[in-house]
Amino acid sequence: MTTHDINHHLTDKLLMAYSAGALPEAFSLAVATHVSMCDECRARLGAYESLGGAVLERAETVAMAPDSLGATMARIRDGAPVVEPPAPRTRGVLPAPLCDYVGGDLDEVRWRSVGMGVKQAILPTSRDATARLLFIPAGAAVPDHGHRGTELTLVLQGAFVDETARYGPGDIGIADEDLHHMPVADIGADCICLAATDAPLRFRGVIPRLAQPFLRI
Amino acid sequence: MTSMIAVRDARDETAFARLFDHFAPRVKAFLMRSGADATLAEECAQETMAALWHKAHLFDPNRASVATWIFTIARNRRIDVLRRQRRPEPEDLPWGPEPEPDQADALALQQETAQLGEALAALPEKQRVLIEKAYFGDLTHSEIATQTGLPLGTIKSRIRLALDRLRHAMK
Repeated sequence: MTTHDINHHLTDKLLMAYSAGALPEAFSLAVATHVSMCDECRARLGAYESLGGAVLERAETVAMAPDSLGATMARIRDGAPVVEPPAPRTRGVLPAPLCDYVGGDLDEVRWRSVGMGVKQAILPTSRDATARLLFIPAGAAVPDHGHRGTELTLVLQGAFVDETARYGPGDIGIADEDLHHMPVADIGADCICLAATDAPLRFRGVIPRLAQPFLRI
Repeated sequence: MTSMIAVRDARDETAFARLFDHFAPRVKAFLMRSGADATLAEECAQETMAALWHKAHLFDPNRASVATWIFTIARNRRIDVLRRQRRPEPEDLPWGPEPEPDQADALALQQETAQLGEALAALPEKQRVLIEKAYFGDLTHSEIATQTGLPLGTIKSRIRLALDRLRHAMK
């Protein structure tokens, strides 16, 4: 899944936070999925993981318990060797980390309609942020909204455009409190994306605001 | 790296003991900085080192240094045990049937920890402390976004090397 022509990448800060293990699970899912599709961000992530290695190497030390090595060797003899399943690789629309959360590829997604042809499926992550798959019919719009926190939107299929740019497969949009936008799916194909948010979105119109508690968006 | 290769290829317990002596006390300190008490940190550090043994066949010196590899195992234990969250990992790359070993690349990658360590040490103290806090789990992601100036110059060459390596492997 490395054939995409990607123009919108992860920021250094997101890559660093992911490699430091500081992101909420929903954001980590978006980062891992983008990296699965993007060689450049994979290489950049490698650099940030190396930085973690350097920090560990430079870290102070705390003495291990007496005969800790012996206890570890006992653990090793008791534990079954890790037989890693062959590295998951997919030929479908969803990269492996997403397939993990969906329990399969696109045909396994349990969509719920949220009106106007738009569908969503909320994925099971920790509650500090929310990850959802969104299905936006070709040419349809997601209601005009702003953000309290951060929203990551990763295109998996099709494309969307907002006031700032066009996002195709593999592109990740990073929206924060300053951005008020109304993403519209490209007319060419239905758009499927992964959206991760760490705070409820703020909609401009009255109707979407009323519907918000029911949609959990 | 030699010790790690000996563990991987020969299940060499003496080599493992050398890695244990060097890394286990660092992993324990790392986990205590992340909020684990001494007992939990000791247990997780032992688990991390045991995982190193069990996963040794996956170690590829062309892809990460030993320190980096141990860091990722310890970090994932921290997320699992201390934060009780899953850790989504990127899809693995199709590296091809038998990637030809490239000694120069492997050597450069193994030296990276030392080079990055020197670069870290050379940073202004405030910036270095923030980066260390980030990796020790002392900063939230929004604090990382607002507080850490990133040592971009120090890791640019590492990124270039990784990109070259990727393109080479994907040919």
